[in-house]
Amino acid sequence: MKLLTSLIALGFAAQPALADPDPADWSAVLNEARGQTVFWNAWGGSTATNDFIAWAGRRVAEDYGVTVEHVKLTDTADAVTRVLSEKQAGRNEGGAIDMIWINGPNFAAMKDADLLFGPFAEALPNWQFVDVEGKTVQNDFTVPTDGFEAPWAMAQVVFMHDTDDLETPLGSMAAIRDWATANPGRFTYPQPPDFLGVTFLKQVLIDITEDAEILQRPATDANYDAVTDPLWAYLDTLTPALWRSGRTYPANGPAQLQLIADNEIDLAISFSPGEASTAIESGQLPPSVRTFVLDKGTLGNASFVAIPYNSSSKAGAMVLADFLMSPEAQLRAQDPAILGYGTVLSMASLPEADRAAFDALELGIATLSPAELGQVLAEPDPSWMTRIAEDWTRRYGTGQ
Amino acid sequence: MTKGLPLRALPALTLLAMLGPVAAGLWGTVLPAFGHFPVAGQSGPSLDPIRHLLDWPGLGKAIWLSVFTGVTATVVSLGLVVLITAGWWGTRTFRALERILSPLLSVPHAAAAFGLAFLIAPSGWFARIASPVLTGWDRPPDWLIVNDPWGLSLVAGLVAKEVPFLLLMTLAALGQSDGTRGLRVAQALGYGRLTGWVKCVFPRVYAQIRLPVFVVLAFGMSVVDVAVILGPSTPPPLSVQILRWMNDPDLSQRLTAAAGALLQLALVLGTLGVWILAERAIGAAGRRWTARGGRGRFETGLRWIGFVTGGASAIAVLAGLSGLVVWSFAGFWAFPDALPGGFGLRNWNRHWPGITDAFTDTAVVALVSAGLALALVIGCLEAETRSGRTLTRRGLWLLYLPLLVPQTAFLPGLQTLLLSLGADRGLGPVIAAHLVFVLPYVFLSLGDPWRAWDQRNARVAASLGATPAAVLWRVRLPMLLRPILTAVAVGVAVSVGQYLPTLLIGGGRVATLTTEAVALASGGDRRAIGVYAVAQTAAALLPFAAALAIPALMWRNRRGLHG
Repeated sequence: MKLLTSLIALGFAAQPALADPDPADWSAVLNEARGQTVFWNAWGGSTATNDFIAWAGRRVAEDYGVTVEHVKLTDTADAVTRVLSEKQAGRNEGGAIDMIWINGPNFAAMKDADLLFGPFAEALPNWQFVDVEGKTVQNDFTVPTDGFEAPWAMAQVVFMHDTDDLETPLGSMAAIRDWATANPGRFTYPQPPDFLGVTFLKQVLIDITEDAEILQRPATDANYDAVTDPLWAYLDTLTPALWRSGRTYPANGPAQLQLIADNEIDLAISFSPGEASTAIESGQLPPSVRTFVLDKGTLGNASFVAIPYNSSSKAGAMVLADFLMSPEAQLRAQDPAILGYGTVLSMASLPEADRAAFDALELGIATLSPAELGQVLAEPDPSWMTRIAEDWTRRYGTGQ
Repeated sequence: MTKGLPLRALPALTLLAMLGPVAAGLWGTVLPAFGHFPVAGQSGPSLDPIRHLLDWPGLGKAIWLSVFTGVTATVVSLGLVVLITAGWWGTRTFRALERILSPLLSVPHAAAAFGLAFLIAPSGWFARIASPVLTGWDRPPDWLIVNDPWGLSLVAGLVAKEVPFLLLMTLAALGQSDGTRGLRVAQALGYGRLTGWVKCVFPRVYAQIRLPVFVVLAFGMSVVDVAVILGPSTPPPLSVQILRWMNDPDLSQRLTAAAGALLQLALVLGTLGVWILAERAIGAAGRRWTARGGRGRFETGLRWIGFVTGGASAIAVLAGLSGLVVWSFAGFWAFPDALPGGFGLRNWNRHWPGITDAFTDTAVVALVSAGLALALVIGCLEAETRSGRTLTRRGLWLLYLPLLVPQTAFLPGLQTLLLSLGADRGLGPVIAAHLVFVLPYVFLSLGDPWRAWDQRNARVAASLGATPAAVLWRVRLPMLLRPILTAVAVGVAVSVGQYLPTLLIGGGRVATLTTEAVALASGGDRRAIGVYAVAQTAAALLPFAAALAIPALMWRNRRGLHG
């Protein structure tokens, strides 16, 4: 009797381990994935991205029998919170989330708390095409990915400007401040802690600071004030000249597109070099919009997908993650008529036909060529982002 | 329903369905507010969450915003309703106003807010129509109108939605307060129409609409979706900030959120208390004013203010919705063009798959919760009829209780509680959460027609040998088909408009037209917002159309039942 109960207990204990699919055995993964439903939690504020996700869902349903449900988040942190609370509540299987579009502090938090399944990313079949040499696909805001998230798009900061009102590119954050103060009310940025808003703050900091190297290490109480003082001085000058005098801010990136289209502002930050072309294509931006980067370069990073440790459709999620890295999906994502996201693949390792298709792709009227995009600057350590966002809220976000 | 016992149990069951989640949710809020939150590895009691809350630099302003916007919206809405009813009741103009205001009741708050935001923004429709000919603007002025730090746009959005609600409540109350004769006597004594109504009829009406006024006050102080769209953001009102804390990746912020939720509850209760004191003071002053016997001044001016503002608020919502319809078909639309450069079905094609998915969830949740509510309400009313005991004043308070407790005060706690029970997902919990809000409205909507039904019909049926159950099923329910369908339509509209319960309790897996629309709103893409807001409004309005059409078809040969 005792033996029986311990056997049963053993059986139950072993089950999660047995149930976890092994990406090295890809055909087993494909078998298991068939019929699974993947709840992909991804920010839902951008119609272009939502359409792309819907398309990817249709394609994996056709090819692999995997159903994808897009859970549209207003904030990626919602998904992180949810997995965390599931773990705390003892829900170690059958969690509500199967895949998250993630990067930066959210990834660091999840990896830290052992909330992720993996490593899986580097065992996926399409990993062979990924550009591990030239693109930051194995580091996420200085945190090593270790295969716990799979890259699917490259992002780099560009500035969108309406050439009808602001003709020539501005080469530095100081030039942007000077232009903004000379043209009050025509520039703004998304309200931190929105990630693009915080990205703007980091871009300011990295561009005006003497020693950008220090940002690669965690912020300390000793150096934080000295490093960020120039940032607050910059913002103190800029804020009164912002749209609505900085008394309200757009909620996020896409909200800025509407402001440009309404001719309320002439300059806005974007984290996607192709976003402007895509938005012109869909009628969200006027055709007069172009993009520029700063002389010293701009911040860049990759967008990833990760799988929570308690997902019930890990195989399906891996199939979807692999599909997102496929030349077919990457080509579509880079097409400015669709999404305009940079590819994570290395042209050199692609088969001839795929490479030709990428070469043939029109990048779009407002998209800079890879050469024009220039220097990609590495993201600072996540600790800077957290502290700067908190301080920003205290200084500018509470009507003080 | 033929057995006596389950019928007698129904009122208790209804109360449980309505108040159980509220009580459980408040309990789930109180614990973390005092530092007890095992899910995040915290066990209390401790005052740290409250300390964190007090440390937040925006707290004072957020509290002030909640109180100011809630109270102002309530005072303005009530004042408008009084001006409209006092000045115009019984006239053809009043019926016209009533006819354009009533459908607005079912327009979801979020859709009305989007529409209004597009109308009044410096780059909005009004500015576009007036530019550049009248204004000389070829680019919009840098004016802070939407999201203004005083929350005035938010107040406007709330007023536009609350005026129809209070007006319908007033009309229902008028039927029971013998207003016509009172007004006639006052006018015969030489009082102006407006003054006579306010002095003579209003005190009786107000006694009846007091609870709906409290609902408007509590709602205005704690609304989330309208505040996100129209309200200020640096800082936002307290309710929005609570949601931000709830969504923080740092789980310990949930404790701050819980402390904030308790503060929100205290604020609403405190403001209601002050309101009740003010009622007494105004009542006393009003009695003196009435006793002085003034026959009324500024009558004409006040009547027209009521007419113009009431009409304007209706037109604002309708024009806003039209603006959204236009956006949903728009190509590129530059400022200051009054209309888009091109029209097409592109936006609708693009969002159609998403809409059909969201529509299914919306319809299932709305129909099931409205259906359950209807069954419970009919059960309660039938139990009331058979026992001969009608709803007491205290019973009425219980009915209104779920509408008076701020959603942000108990929904986060309810979500945490469901999560620790492992029952935190799928349609079931969402339907249960919607039921909390749908039940009171269905009850209020069906209660009066039910009690007004002519009991002699039942006696005739009984004398012909019908059992009580047969009277219910074969006489009463068919005759009340129209009010029953209207009550279902009200329930569906309430469910369709729910944002926070769907978002928090559904764990992201239940996507209704409202949650999708608010998620898209954060992206500011007016075409997408237009498509979803139109779909959302249609989903809320369709059942009302059905409630008109079905009885007309079924009873096409029974004119007396067209009611």
